[in-house]
Amino acid sequence: MLERSWPSEGATRVPYWVYQDEDVYAEEQRRIFHGPTWSYLCLEAEIAEPQSFVTTFVGEMPVVVSRDAAGSIHAFENRCAHRGALICMQARGKAERFSCIYHNWTYDHAGNLLNVAFRKGIAGKGGMSPEAKPESQAPKQFRVRAFQGLVFGTLSKDAPSFEEYVGPEVLPRLKRVLIKPLKVLGCYTQVLPNNWKLYMDNVKDTYHASLLHVFFTRFRINRLTQEGGVFVSKDGAHHCTYTKMVEDKGDAYEKDGMRSASSHAFKLEDPEMLNQVDELGDAVSIQILSLFPGFVLHQIRNSLAARQIVPKGVDRTELHWTLFGFADDDEAMTRRRLLQANLVGPAGYISMEDGAATGFVQRGVAASRDRASVIEMGGDKVGSGDSRITETAVRGLWKAWRSHMDL
Amino acid sequence: MKEVENLHARYAHALDEDRLEDWPNFFTERGIYRIATAENEARGLPLPVVYCEGRKMLRDRVQSLRHANIYEPQRYRHIVSSVLIEEGKEFIKSTSSFLVVRIMENGETMLFASGRYLDRISAKEMLYEERVVVCDSRRFDTLLAIPL
Repeated sequence: MLERSWPSEGATRVPYWVYQDEDVYAEEQRRIFHGPTWSYLCLEAEIAEPQSFVTTFVGEMPVVVSRDAAGSIHAFENRCAHRGALICMQARGKAERFSCIYHNWTYDHAGNLLNVAFRKGIAGKGGMSPEAKPESQAPKQFRVRAFQGLVFGTLSKDAPSFEEYVGPEVLPRLKRVLIKPLKVLGCYTQVLPNNWKLYMDNVKDTYHASLLHVFFTRFRINRLTQEGGVFVSKDGAHHCTYTKMVEDKGDAYEKDGMRSASSHAFKLEDPEMLNQVDELGDAVSIQILSLFPGFVLHQIRNSLAARQIVPKGVDRTELHWTLFGFADDDEAMTRRRLLQANLVGPAGYISMEDGAATGFVQRGVAASRDRASVIEMGGDKVGSGDSRITETAVRGLWKAWRSHMDL
Repeated sequence: MKEVENLHARYAHALDEDRLEDWPNFFTERGIYRIATAENEARGLPLPVVYCEGRKMLRDRVQSLRHANIYEPQRYRHIVSSVLIEEGKEFIKSTSSFLVVRIMENGETMLFASGRYLDRISAKEMLYEERVVVCDSRRFDTLLAIPL
């Protein structure tokens, strides 16, 4: 059990030790990533063929996601029952079965141990006793749910169904984007110098988007004065925020003298990159959706991507980006998505700052584990609303986190 | 050969000396600049990390870096070597290796990127018609602001 005290203000404060303490980090692996939560694993399109696989992570745990010969999807811990070596070392591929390279123990696509090399020895010599139970240390197997082209998994028998887990506030917003079979456009990894929760917190922070990301505001792509809103699941764990395509003609930023206010001198010479086709038919220009603990789905104009948050230690996080389109995209739409790839990722006009900002927090609080951040925009409640000048979804994250962590 | 190496060197020095405004002028008017990863290229996936088509888009990148994007002060040091050249009538093809070291203001220095430049150079203008930067790694530390 962890012994920690939360600030008396409750939901409006987050103490900085949550980003720093090794024992908190270790406990998160057990209670959250191995607990009753659903984690994103991959796109179904990445394992389209029978007997194909990808390797990924759930928290710190290495995981194999595979499709068997009959077409069913499985996920299992990438750890041999024998000595713990990785069973599969490639990022992706096709295999009839998986063989651990160390001693050639083999597994099927569901992660069941098929064969122990020389189990009975040779010519009556060596081998294991008939009573030996190597299966007792078998890799853990996930419950898997393929949902509209995304594959999620949980290690918990107690987790509700995936749909129930996401809940009625956010599930329709997830379905809204995933309307057709998906096609992978490519992937990369952004390494963030901070605790994994700082990135999740950043994604749920609807207040920062147009203030930190000046590109957004300068070109009136996203301003808090534009029509939009935020949905938060009842338990606070998941969120979705959106902005409508309507052009903002106001000058609230200019009046407040903000850094992000428009400068007349600054205009794109070639704005083709910003052209959006309303392919989802509801005039939403940006939707950012997060599922606890580590999944983000974005629609930024016609850029679509899955972002997977992979913790790599208390102060290091990998963000695995997979950008995708729909399988039936024509050439013009693919071109649009590739041009708009400029907006996102480590070099993205509107997302490059996130890695820096969250890293600044990790560094800024280095000597202040007894202090706390102030999260009072929009009061102290967790819930949906039509203003994004709120930190309601951030409070939601901490409500869910504290409930899992019993803190 | 010498002219091509000179172009590569001037390009690298311009970026390393923070003369970003000069960067678009190393490309022809319709010149293409694309940063990709070896992994996506090998899988036949088109996703760019950065993609600019023409000097206008290149200048937009510089404008945004100067006036919109927020990033910690940092410098690069490009090391470009092993230049292979295939001369044609209209254009010259060049393949070279690069290392980019990133130096932060506090002195922290890391090997930020390695890879290949795949170039098509206009023989007449001695400018890049296309420069594809294929990064060896799929990982980018924190952010990629200054072009490679």
